Amino acid sequence: MSATNDTSSLRRVAPVVEPGHTFGTVTEKISSIVLSRPAGAGWFFGISIAFGLVMMLGMCVAYLIARGTGIWGLNIPVAWGFAIVNFVWWIGIGHAGTLISAILLLLNQKWRTSINRFAEAMTLFAVACAGLFPLIHTGRPWYAAYFMMPYPNTMGIWPQFRSPLIWDVFAVSTYFTVSLLFWFVGLLPDLATLRDRATSRPQQMIYGLLAMGWRGSARHWHRYQMAYLLLAGLATPLVVSVHTVVSFDFAVAVVPGWHTTIFPPYFVAGAIYSGFAMVVTLAIPLRKFYGLEDFITMRHLENMAKVMLATGLIVAYGYCMEFFMAFYSGNKYDSFLAMNRMHGPYAAFYWALILCNIVIPQLLWLHRARTNVALLFVMSLVINVGMWLERFVIVVMSLHRDFMPSAWGNYRPTIWDVGTFAGTIGLFVMLIFLFVRTLPAISIAEMRELVAHTSEEQK
Amino acid sequence: MAQIFHRSTNFIARFSLFAAILAAGLAGLVIYATPRSPYKTNQNVVREQPIQFSHKHHVGDDGIDCRYCHTGVETSAFAGIPPTKTCMNCHSVLFKDAAYLEPVRESYRSGKPLQWSRVHRLPDFVYFNHSIHVNKGVGCSSCHGPVNQMALMWQSSTLLMSWCLDCHRNPGQVLREKKDVVNMDWKAPANQAEIGRALAAQYKIRTTAELTSCSTCHR
Repeated sequence: MSATNDTSSLRRVAPVVEPGHTFGTVTEKISSIVLSRPAGAGWFFGISIAFGLVMMLGMCVAYLIARGTGIWGLNIPVAWGFAIVNFVWWIGIGHAGTLISAILLLLNQKWRTSINRFAEAMTLFAVACAGLFPLIHTGRPWYAAYFMMPYPNTMGIWPQFRSPLIWDVFAVSTYFTVSLLFWFVGLLPDLATLRDRATSRPQQMIYGLLAMGWRGSARHWHRYQMAYLLLAGLATPLVVSVHTVVSFDFAVAVVPGWHTTIFPPYFVAGAIYSGFAMVVTLAIPLRKFYGLEDFITMRHLENMAKVMLATGLIVAYGYCMEFFMAFYSGNKYDSFLAMNRMHGPYAAFYWALILCNIVIPQLLWLHRARTNVALLFVMSLVINVGMWLERFVIVVMSLHRDFMPSAWGNYRPTIWDVGTFAGTIGLFVMLIFLFVRTLPAISIAEMRELVAHTSEEQK
Repeated sequence: MAQIFHRSTNFIARFSLFAAILAAGLAGLVIYATPRSPYKTNQNVVREQPIQFSHKHHVGDDGIDCRYCHTGVETSAFAGIPPTKTCMNCHSVLFKDAAYLEPVRESYRSGKPLQWSRVHRLPDFVYFNHSIHVNKGVGCSSCHGPVNQMALMWQSSTLLMSWCLDCHRNPGQVLREKKDVVNMDWKAPANQAEIGRALAAQYKIRTTAELTSCSTCHR
């Protein structure tokens, strides 16, 4: 803390938790959201919209299964459309959760404490939304396991292990499993707290079952912390590996615009960029509606803004390098692609992407912008849009103009494409709404620890 | 504070771990076994036919060559189901008044073919050709089993893709001399591996990579 004290004469740095909190107030504040606070009209209003979107998702998927992928805007040459765009977008959003929970834990960053729980939940929900697309993108979801999972099947053959698509199956399922375990292990002490504070029998039973007999003994804590650290170690490589493998889906192909070695790092940076944007998108309403400004302070928002700025610059570097390599390589297909991005039929998408991902986020250099909550919220939405556009540009714009002009074509999403995408947003929002009301959105146990540390330091 | 759970919960919690593993194992077994079982493959399921035609009698007892009825087997993809005329070659004389052959005679008079129920059914997306197999030394009984002992016909192989690939990956194990192709009693000799290699060379059978290429069977 000494470093921050030195700079305090220049600018006051917000604390990671506002002073004056005790174990009791932290516990009361966080658990009351779940246990005693009534849901309120706003919550019901929000979840009914989200639920409506989920119903629409169900309809879109049902119609897809009944009719096949012909209902989507896909065709040759753009055979990968919204499904892949949305898959990469959602899986990228998931990355912030693991980064916050694992890497920032190992780096001993205290400011992760009050945002890690809902960031991890966000990861799980985003990966669930992402996972839906590979499942349904053939229009025959029952074939997903049939084609992709290596199991002793009656065909006597195995999936193509040299294909990045099969690596994707492993990367994403490992990621989901480890994230789920990490989240659940982290929840155990809090579930026990909820069990002990619950007043109704069903609540006691449900939280009691989930708490798996946690009593808070010294041995429990010892093992808990060991398991938590080990899982953090396991999750750390996943932050990098998952989106690297996702980028291989493109980079291994020979399509101009996909076949570049810069894809893995630039995809990972983009994933963390969009992930943090989504955490900010969720954190700002959460702290406002549930009065959690004491726990999710300006320090958190500012730090996340800095991470967005840094990863945004890496992404910008990636765009520049792609452009540079297109001409430096002397490959006429690559240079055509670069020009086509700027002047082709989808140029508006490209320029919107540059605006959302590179130009507007430069505001984050300003301290005043980083501490303006409303502006930060808008900015996080802009970055989310920008990252979606990036995937659209990569997928659709690379495919629609490939080597032979006779094979060119355009892509136009249908109402079913849009409906499915909007439906997954509804699913994500609905899960977040349910999560906030049923589980502690901020880790109670870790916040108590943080309160203990900060009050010691103040003495 | 009162206990939420009875103390037996500890046992139930531990037991449920084992139960979960057991249930998962059982589910895995069912998933593994179902597609391989006759329930799905129709292997060994004896088919009722419009006339209780016995291959055992015609092939086993009478010694009629397979190709007498299945005339297309050496020259075309489909082995061929004989027309009623083929039946009548003999049955206009033999058992010519037998009641159970009345449908054959009726078919002959009316010119309306007999409707046999198909025993070996491959999916439409599989390109299968009898002639290439027969001409390259794959015997009838290698796939169809001991037809000379089948009173009513059944499918003696699973017809699963893995079953096809068993041979396509190692064709030598079933290759025979040309003269033995229709021999129902052929058994692989002790030195089949050696003979198989020699026959594969003689028949100019392609490499395993070519035999197991997707487009060999899915065109």
